[in-house]
Amino acid sequence: MSVRVTGAVAARVLTQLRRDPRTIALLVGVPCVLEALLKEIFAGRSQVFRHTGAPLLGLFPFVTMFLVTSITMLRERTSGTLERLMTLPLAKLDLLAGYGAAFALVAAGQAAVVSALTFGALGLEVEGPRSLVAALAVANAVLGTALGLFVSAFAQSEFQAVQFMPATVFPQILLCGLFVPRGQMAGWLGGLSDALPLTYAYDALARTAADEIDARFAVDAGVVCGCILLALALGAATLRRRT
Amino acid sequence: MTAVRIERLRVVRGGNVVLPGLTCDVARGSVTGLLGPSGSGKTTLIRAIVGVQRVAGGRVAVLGAEAGSRGLRGRVGYMTQEPSVYSDLTVRENLRFFARVLGLAATDVERAIEEVALPEHAGRVVSRLSGGERARVSLAAALLGAPELLVLDEPTVGLDPLLRRDLWELFHELADRGATLLVSSHVMDEADRCDALLLLREGRLLARGTPDELLRRTGSERLDEAFLRLVEEAAP
Repeated sequence: MSVRVTGAVAARVLTQLRRDPRTIALLVGVPCVLEALLKEIFAGRSQVFRHTGAPLLGLFPFVTMFLVTSITMLRERTSGTLERLMTLPLAKLDLLAGYGAAFALVAAGQAAVVSALTFGALGLEVEGPRSLVAALAVANAVLGTALGLFVSAFAQSEFQAVQFMPATVFPQILLCGLFVPRGQMAGWLGGLSDALPLTYAYDALARTAADEIDARFAVDAGVVCGCILLALALGAATLRRRT
Repeated sequence: MTAVRIERLRVVRGGNVVLPGLTCDVARGSVTGLLGPSGSGKTTLIRAIVGVQRVAGGRVAVLGAEAGSRGLRGRVGYMTQEPSVYSDLTVRENLRFFARVLGLAATDVERAIEEVALPEHAGRVVSRLSGGERARVSLAAALLGAPELLVLDEPTVGLDPLLRRDLWELFHELADRGATLLVSSHVMDEADRCDALLLLREGRLLARGTPDELLRRTGSERLDEAFLRLVEEAAP
């Protein structure tokens, strides 16, 4: 691996994104609108917004970066640029880490704006540190990027890549404990939930919101970081120099 | 002195045998034309030489090493058939990126832009360029770092005649400086601009030699005529 090459990939991805201001507006605007909607639809039951506002703030980047990454990577494959890169002195991990670093930066910007709105104008209150919510949002963005890179290896068209989002992300959101507490799920669903990375991301966010930064939180954070590394390694393994 | 040596190369793609067992080589410091109709296996052979093609058998040695091996990355410049550059970046941004991956300075970028005659377009986004201009950006990326072997897949398709002439002059200049070029084309009128020719048909090497040799051997006046005679000779 090389810092120079990883940096070159990250800078290139960010330049491409800068060329596309509408995508940036959507990346930042959509979570803001959804947080505002969430507050309004539960206007009569403010405790619902208090329970879900922070976890959603942390989970949005996971979904958006997953989508953006899998499409960008697919474009890299279909445009032939990936084939060119495979003949250059570039380690597969340089490419994946470059993507991860670029989208982590984007996610940091997204988290900064969305949390300013949610904690400011929308008045969401969390018991734990707000900066930790933002940090978890960035970690989830990197997780989404890493999984998006991995999954893009199995998509042959944009249509398939887009379908991978509901296929891999929706079940995780349903099972992570946001809709139904994990303790109330049937045993096999709980077991399934244990095996999914978003469960730990959600749990870490919920614990931060409730200011329960305990050993279990450390386990959650560790699992999320481990899953990022695992997804990047799997992504590198599925990236083939010869096709 | 050979730059590329191919022995009994066999490639199967999607159940079809594209190259059944090809043996040929490319001399160092030459401009070798890889000619043949579309579907003859030119692109597959090129992909095997740059090391991105999965092969079923045989050997491909490039600059004394196994094709695609780590030490060759950066010593072999590759231009794919479809322009492989980022359409949402400018010409200069594209080349700066590839230069940084190769560990080159910004001056190399400006030189490559001049070699393909794109200085006026350097600040333009690639998606706004014509097909021929895009192809030249892709060529410039392959030229970065003065690679010892340049493998160019149909680099002059769709270019106006003046520009084509200039590019062929550039290819010979690069060869004079010691580089080896393998240039594919399906247009026979480009054949007589090459030092040596490899004629490919249905994955088999139909003939090889200098343009003059092929003309003499077939008693033809033009290379497309020579190609036809060779096809007829090969047919039972």
